[in-house]
Amino acid sequence: MIEALPLWLLVAIKSLVLLIIVITLFAYTMLAERKVLAYMQLRVGPNKVGPWGLLQPAADALKMIFKEDLTPSSADPLIYRLAPFIAVFTALLAYAVIPFSQGEHGPWSIANVNAGILFVFAITSMGVYGISLAGWASGSKYPLLGSVRATAQMISYELAMTMSVIGVILQASTTSLSGIVEAQSRMWFIVPQFLGFLIYIITAVAETNRVPFDLVEAESELVAGFHTEYSGLRFGLFFIAEYINMITVSCLATLLFLGGWSGPGSSGHPLLGLLYFVIKVFAFLFFYIWLRGTLPRLRYDRLMAFGWKVLLPLATLNLLVTAIVVALWY
Amino acid sequence: MSDHLPDWIGSEGNPPNFGDPTAVLEPEPYEVVSRSDDEMVLSMGPQHPSTHGVLQVVLGIDGETVKRAEPEIGYLHTGIEKSAENLFWNQSLTVIDRMDYLAPLTNNFAFCRGVEKLLGITGQVPRRAQQIRVMMAEMTRITSHCIWLGTHAIDLGAISPFFFTVDLRENILDLIEAASGARMNMTYFRVGGINGDLPEGFLERLDEVIAKFPRRMRDLRDLLQKNPIWTDREVGVGVISAEDAVAWGLTGPSLRASGVAYDLRKIEPYSTYEEYEFDVPTRTEGDCYARFLVRLDEMEESMRIIEQVRKNLEPGPIMVNEPAVALPPKPSIGLSMESLIHHFKLVSEGFRVPAGDVYGAVEGPRGEIGYYIVSNGENRPWRVRTRPPSFYNLQALRKIAAGNLIADVVVMIGSLDPVFGEVDR
Repeated sequence: MIEALPLWLLVAIKSLVLLIIVITLFAYTMLAERKVLAYMQLRVGPNKVGPWGLLQPAADALKMIFKEDLTPSSADPLIYRLAPFIAVFTALLAYAVIPFSQGEHGPWSIANVNAGILFVFAITSMGVYGISLAGWASGSKYPLLGSVRATAQMISYELAMTMSVIGVILQASTTSLSGIVEAQSRMWFIVPQFLGFLIYIITAVAETNRVPFDLVEAESELVAGFHTEYSGLRFGLFFIAEYINMITVSCLATLLFLGGWSGPGSSGHPLLGLLYFVIKVFAFLFFYIWLRGTLPRLRYDRLMAFGWKVLLPLATLNLLVTAIVVALWY
Repeated sequence: MSDHLPDWIGSEGNPPNFGDPTAVLEPEPYEVVSRSDDEMVLSMGPQHPSTHGVLQVVLGIDGETVKRAEPEIGYLHTGIEKSAENLFWNQSLTVIDRMDYLAPLTNNFAFCRGVEKLLGITGQVPRRAQQIRVMMAEMTRITSHCIWLGTHAIDLGAISPFFFTVDLRENILDLIEAASGARMNMTYFRVGGINGDLPEGFLERLDEVIAKFPRRMRDLRDLLQKNPIWTDREVGVGVISAEDAVAWGLTGPSLRASGVAYDLRKIEPYSTYEEYEFDVPTRTEGDCYARFLVRLDEMEESMRIIEQVRKNLEPGPIMVNEPAVALPPKPSIGLSMESLIHHFKLVSEGFRVPAGDVYGAVEGPRGEIGYYIVSNGENRPWRVRTRPPSFYNLQALRKIAAGNLIADVVVMIGSLDPVFGEVDR
């Protein structure tokens, strides 16, 4: 029956379903973060709206929608209004190629692109435009500083991140995300690519502007960084983009290093595979929340030095060694 | 009456004419911070998440590097010193409380010590009152340092320590509340003693807090002191040399972190401090990390003092036996007409303090908190002048901020621990 549908309708339905899932996932990641942080900090977290505070995200969203949407008089109105949409659009677009499980007719994804990983990186690097344009167009000083930081930080860390992933691509000899998962059927890449894995998760935190690399927002230094002037739903969109990016990098980490949906008994059972996938993604999300509950923020110059002087050389070394090993033994 | 005071203070209470009141005063030259091509002016505060109240720092920045920093104060001026002139001696304690709202009891302590010196009853304040005062002052120091540590950690992006420190602070505030009836602005001390004795069960609850304390401190030290990111942010940042610290009048942890072991509790011990065994944590580095460590160590030393006070606490009266100052005991008011009249007179017109001037100071959490008090023999102070430690400590900011990053300025403000109720008064 599915085969009978025209392709465009099929893609549209898949996209819609995935959009709803991702947005819901974002909402509950946020709630989970608040709950987990609360328990780490001798608190209970939101517990008034709905049972165990489960309706809190809905309440937050409603509040956000009804807040006034302000545009400062000194802002560049078009770019200022456009920037949040760039951030969310690029964050969501990455899900077009991410496979979640393996079914009979191929991977469960909107589109099974053979250059999936390249597509994801291409799209997520566009996300920095949302942030830096927002800060620049606000016509205010703190956002400007935030967006300058964002540009510098994202560029430096994206480099190391890509380098760490190329090792995986070399070993799997494919850029298709489902292909990379299949290549891990014997051994997850976290074992041979452990250094790459470490570099990836560190840079992923920096890419998503989370503690301890949240210099772009740096509440105590730059008030709220690039989104200081934003209010209402536009502010909410940045929020959504941040969390969706967090989920994206967790999905990628799962696919690239933890064998995606593979696990005991998962072949032939796509739903079980999906469960494994979700568990792995949530483990990463918990790790990010844990970091936020524990670490202070790095200083801007140290962050840059760490990116260029430590992570990039290490990632290059990792790539070199992988290349030599792959050339000689595979 | 001191010799160096002009004789008009004692008599009418009004100053003589200080020259021609219609003369136009030349304004002080004021340096206007202006923008230049390679410098952006960034107004940090008075509404900024990490200026600890209403400090405004006008920064001249080049990229993220601070070239100039001009602290602007005065946004929280409340005229407390002036208010005190219109209140009875014991009433003025209530506004004195509100200066350093994180450590109200040390403010009380310093003011009471000053007035008691003027009255000449310093030696007569009963021993139990002195001991409870010391205990409360040390509790105040811990609660104040708790807020400092929590907010300082938030400034550096670590949010969890705040909740641990606030938990500790709540436990101690519960104790203070049990004794004084309030959690902020307690006004627990009175000239000549304290307001009321410790309630039943207080010491047992204190023991629980004492038992819980080391674990909390260990958590905090583990989270921050050994954290490489934390040390990276703090070590070598905002160095104040010992000479500079003394020249700017720094006191308290900010001075002791620069290597000067100046602590009023050791130098001129008051209220039974000489009986207790405690160290004055001192470091020589003078940077933010040294100030951080000094304060952490101070919290533990304060707990040591509290434990010793708790051990040595003796029963006895809590108010000086001086009818001119002390209210008559409550039960006697219902029985004796004289007591009732005495009580009424003390409450409705206060007591008179002999003319003269005095400086009363104690070691507060932020440094030497002192009150210079002038009396003209009335039932109100003629003039109260504060020596607010935060105000002096904050002076250093301008010098140490230049040449550093914005992120460092935030760390420096936090490490100087200013409270603006006290800076602006």
